[in-house]
Amino acid sequence: MDPSISIKDLNLSFGAVEVINDLNLDVGQGEFLVLLGSSGCGKSTLLNCIAGLLDVSDGQIFIQGKNVTWEEPSKRGIGMVFQSYALYPQMTVEGNLSFGLKNAGFSKAEVAERVANAARILQIEPLLKRKPAALSGGQRQRVAIGRALVRDVDVFLFDEPLSNLDAKLRTDLRAEIKELHQTLHNTMIYVTHDQIEAMTLADRIAIMRGGQILQLDSPKEIYNRPNCKYVADFIGSPSMNFLDGAISLEADGTPTFTCGSGTFSLEGYVFDDAPAAGGAWLGIRPEHIASGEAAASRAIQLQSKVRLVEPLGSDTLVRVMVGEQSFWVRMDGRTDITEGDPLPIGFNPVRCNLFDTKTEIRL
Amino acid sequence: MADVTSTLVGPRGPKPRKILTRNNIMIYGTLIIVSLYYLLPLWVMVMTSLKGMPEIRMGNIFAPPLEITFEPWVKAWSEACTGLNCDGLSRGFWNSVRITVPSVIVSIAIASVNGYALANWRFRGADTFFTILIFGAFIPYQVMLYPIVILLREMGLYGSLTGLIMVHSIFGMPILTLLFRNYFSSLPEELFKAARVDGAGFWRIYFQIMLPMSLPIFVVAMILQVTGIWNDFLFGVIYTKPDLYPMTVQLNNIVNSVQGVKEYNVNMAATLLTGLVPLFIYFVSGKLFVRGIAAGAVKG
Repeated sequence: MDPSISIKDLNLSFGAVEVINDLNLDVGQGEFLVLLGSSGCGKSTLLNCIAGLLDVSDGQIFIQGKNVTWEEPSKRGIGMVFQSYALYPQMTVEGNLSFGLKNAGFSKAEVAERVANAARILQIEPLLKRKPAALSGGQRQRVAIGRALVRDVDVFLFDEPLSNLDAKLRTDLRAEIKELHQTLHNTMIYVTHDQIEAMTLADRIAIMRGGQILQLDSPKEIYNRPNCKYVADFIGSPSMNFLDGAISLEADGTPTFTCGSGTFSLEGYVFDDAPAAGGAWLGIRPEHIASGEAAASRAIQLQSKVRLVEPLGSDTLVRVMVGEQSFWVRMDGRTDITEGDPLPIGFNPVRCNLFDTKTEIRL
Repeated sequence: MADVTSTLVGPRGPKPRKILTRNNIMIYGTLIIVSLYYLLPLWVMVMTSLKGMPEIRMGNIFAPPLEITFEPWVKAWSEACTGLNCDGLSRGFWNSVRITVPSVIVSIAIASVNGYALANWRFRGADTFFTILIFGAFIPYQVMLYPIVILLREMGLYGSLTGLIMVHSIFGMPILTLLFRNYFSSLPEELFKAARVDGAGFWRIYFQIMLPMSLPIFVVAMILQVTGIWNDFLFGVIYTKPDLYPMTVQLNNIVNSVQGVKEYNVNMAATLLTGLVPLFIYFVSGKLFVRGIAAGAVKG
């Protein structure tokens, strides 16, 4: 089957500034793709290009097999939901929902039916006669989703739709968007800088930086096997711990990692290519570090001193110092530990991620 | 025990405020003096316009009239002579209305679309166009007076109201376009994007999305234009002929006429009559004006 959206060699520059750089992307039918990156990475720009709100400098965009590179936004078969909701303030909810349909020349009966249908799905029927100013943030965002829904489009585009909501509503609406996707089976592209949203919603995540996609994979794969140090550092909170060191090969071919704290065998680590000697970063996630007595059973063991304790309720985050190196360790929430305590920590090579010092690419 | 008494006798509730502090006396004193300074001429004008000529000759310009008469007002409106016409200011008033209303409508209509296009559509060369337009606002009027006379003459509009309306509309363009562009830029860009995704075109977005949100800025533009055009003297005297002179020009001709006795009461009444329209506009739309100005109309 054709991909739902296909982007070929896309370039966009504002004057001399290249915002999107030779970007290629295929999004499958009914896939939920999340564009994730820090601000200024080009994710919203890419979404605006797909929507047709920005003219591209070079390249092609296909939606449902049709070349829409020069097409008007309304003719692309997309619906878009914005961060600030972008509801027309002078119109009622009903007016907001029906504006696009009226522009497209649908009959009155058809408009009414579609509006009623969307209102039912999103449970905003009692609000139809209200103005946006009389709605809460969550209700507004529902109406904004409804505006995309009534148009019965193949592709939904979300531009950080939950960023303006408070934490609780965000969690609720996140689940609603996921349910909506499971009901409608539309292709959805969702831009966010919130990695929790990305991990929970996405079929695949595209991590962007400098107008390029660094890694495009399932959330699990991105979390467990980041393909470069930037992705490893970006995903996960607190972020991955890194040890600067070097890989060398023993006489029998076993790779070992040497850093300030000693030399450890890397047996069990799955290298992408055959291991070679050279400078490397060893990355380990805070949740993959065992501490206390449990550390004794791990292949790599370090001595550390507790510097800072942050209880989160479910977990306790502990910042420890291994020599001069600071490490985050995620511990059980019931752990009793205080600043200044010595703490043995340990982890297994299979949980590690190794990156080349120079290229920062996964080894 | 000590704690209990301290909660009973210590300060509690709103802090008492003194009214006659040095600060208040300074602030209100200054305000009152300045207000008096500005209101005094108005007082003199109103009082003089309600007096008869014999009473004026007594010389006490601040005193209220002993005998109130509306004769000067009637004369100023319908009998005072300018040149050959002796039908008072009424002719000038209606001329001014016929100049102001179309000029205001035309200039605001065009400038608002200009501003909308510049703010939202970012067409190729938009910045250049805008720079040129704003630059036009800084060229002194005097430089353009004569070329415009020639242009109007060539178009056969010299001396007509249409010509003057055109001149006013064009001269209002830079500042109004700036005003509208800045206002439309301050509206959330996502609204415009949403409307485009919803399939609305240039005019539909303008009329159905932008216009309903822009009442304050339209009021600001209207006030600027009405007062500006109503108070205009220079263009009125240059581009029209005596029959079509606007009210300000006619007022000047009445007040500055050198023949006969100086009728101060009629002059005062005529001046007040001419000022009534801008004054009325300010009073009616003051609140919206402030809202429009506050809504980012004059920033950046």
